[in-house]
Amino acid sequence: MLVVIFMAPILQLIFLGYAANMDVNVIHTTIYDQDKTSTSRDFIKRFEQSGYFKLDYYVDNYDEVTDLLNEGKTLVAIIIPKDFEKKIKRRETAPLQTLFEGSDGNKASIALGFIQGITTKFSQGIVAETKDKLGMKISLSGSLVPEVRVWYNPEMKTRNYMVPGILGLILMISTISLMSMAVVREREIGTLEQLIVTPIKNYQLILGKLIPFTLIGFVVLIIVLVIMTQWFGIVVRGNKLFLLFTALLFVLSNLGIGLFISTVSKTQQQAMMASVFAIMMPMIYLSGFAFPIENMPKVVQYITYIIPLKYFIIIIRGIVLKGIGFSSLWLETLILFGMGIALLIFSSLRFSKKIE
Amino acid sequence: MNAIEVNNLTKEFGKFTAVDNVNFNVKQGEIFGFLGANGAGKSTTIRMLIGILEPTSGDALVSGYSIKNQSDLVKKNIGYMSQKFSLYNDLTVVENIRFFAGIYGLDGKKYEERKKWVLKVANLENMENVITSSLPGGIKQRLALGTAVIHEPKIVFLDEPTSGVDPISRRNFWDLINELSDGGTTVLVTTHYLDEAEFCNDIILINAGKLIAQGNSTELKSNYIKNPILEIESDRVVDSLEILEKEKWVGETSIFGNYIHVILNDSTINEQHIYQLLQEKNGIAVKRVEKITPTLEDVFIHLIEKDSKKNVQ
Repeated sequence: MLVVIFMAPILQLIFLGYAANMDVNVIHTTIYDQDKTSTSRDFIKRFEQSGYFKLDYYVDNYDEVTDLLNEGKTLVAIIIPKDFEKKIKRRETAPLQTLFEGSDGNKASIALGFIQGITTKFSQGIVAETKDKLGMKISLSGSLVPEVRVWYNPEMKTRNYMVPGILGLILMISTISLMSMAVVREREIGTLEQLIVTPIKNYQLILGKLIPFTLIGFVVLIIVLVIMTQWFGIVVRGNKLFLLFTALLFVLSNLGIGLFISTVSKTQQQAMMASVFAIMMPMIYLSGFAFPIENMPKVVQYITYIIPLKYFIIIIRGIVLKGIGFSSLWLETLILFGMGIALLIFSSLRFSKKIE
Repeated sequence: MNAIEVNNLTKEFGKFTAVDNVNFNVKQGEIFGFLGANGAGKSTTIRMLIGILEPTSGDALVSGYSIKNQSDLVKKNIGYMSQKFSLYNDLTVVENIRFFAGIYGLDGKKYEERKKWVLKVANLENMENVITSSLPGGIKQRLALGTAVIHEPKIVFLDEPTSGVDPISRRNFWDLINELSDGGTTVLVTTHYLDEAEFCNDIILINAGKLIAQGNSTELKSNYIKNPILEIESDRVVDSLEILEKEKWVGETSIFGNYIHVILNDSTINEQHIYQLLQEKNGIAVKRVEKITPTLEDVFIHLIEKDSKKNVQ
């Protein structure tokens, strides 16, 4: 208990110190260069040199752009149209298409700012160069105008991005604390011992705990979903059944964690402390709920791999904001499934051993 | 046939031996008292007998089934109630009954019949929809016992069932235990109250994990203390005790309220010697000196002190 009281704040400060980084340092970028001229290559170079853009993908068609945006592998796609160089040479306005994965509105608007900066500078450069060459004043007939389209969250509202995450958070908090408290409570009042003396099997006992809390978890989920859609007006773009299915997997992992806490706690107070300070708070910081995981140091990033909430938040944001489904989210779904089963088996075995 | 046969039962927790090579038998239908100080190993023994704690070595047959490899069958044939009266406090009386009946697979007519019985013994007829937490301790305790034997087990284990209950409730509870025993149920009960031990057909006493005495209460009183015991009533109990303890012929002493019990090492000492010592030499008014047969309390204090001395050496 003392360990939790004193160690938890230290660990939290350390984790939070690393995790609480809202800066946008790296903008994962996809380039679709239809023009393939020296001007377009020069333009692309500006992005590279800025230090913020990481040009991860060079693609040749729109389908790839769409896939990368859907899977969240890229934040922005810059599409340079065919007659880019030609139009600049003719001193016409050259359009440029930029697509944003705008589910995180905050990040998207920061990236947009950078892009506008680079394009403005680039077009000023062209104007200056032309002026020099001709040695005369010219009327500016055209410029470089990025035509911005933000996908998934056109108004770039932070709320649209946060609320689905909060939904995951609430689901986690309610199921973990209910499960851990319920088992420890029965141990405290002695009914657990009474149950063990009956011919009831351990798996029946565990199922008897899991089923009601899974149902409660679902009721909670539905209530918050209704509030999200009706009150906040955030539409679930994807398949609602798939959302419920992944929520079930997520609830199973949480119940596994709750059951585990109940095997290491003697009293309800201990269970509460352990679940809040040792489990839930670090998980929330490191889940990507508030702070982007890619900004965290590598070591901390590895820790986030074992956090079920991280995967559920990716999934729920994907379903709600992007309308994507299993084909894009199969990996997260599979991991969540594996974690749920593993945590439940591990905790059940520990629980069975403990009562013998 | 014995209801319970315990053979060389041992339980070690690391280096600590909680139960050390214990042997005893419990006859069908009797009330068997299991006595010992706190931490003597009573609860550990019971937890092994009800199949929730694996023995380190030895075995026991409960209702004919081995606790080692037939614990499922053991559990079907026993009832268990601990001092916590483990009921669900936020359920009503009848919900508790239905829940435990459900676990033991009672339904239909059988369930109705047993429900009626439990409500009757707990004195809760017409109060079945009361929330359990609002019941007084004595009633709760009877309800707990009722639900613990709802499946009519052949053997019931009661682990300090009367701790923290008022004397009248305790008496009522023992009436219920006697009723179960009359109906053929074997009852194994642990207790701290030696007056309760007098109700038992057979008694065992354990100390530091070892069985140190067994028999019925008459046997215990006559077999374990051979020396005479004097009961002395004087007006200065503590002073009298100090004076007596200095004498060579005094074995053990203990205070019971206004009385002192003295176990004599020398059977030639009689009442006259006491009057002489206390009244004439020390001026303490002695009201009464009487030779008595030992009480169970004398026997247990004697045995536990003897055993503890032996353990120290």
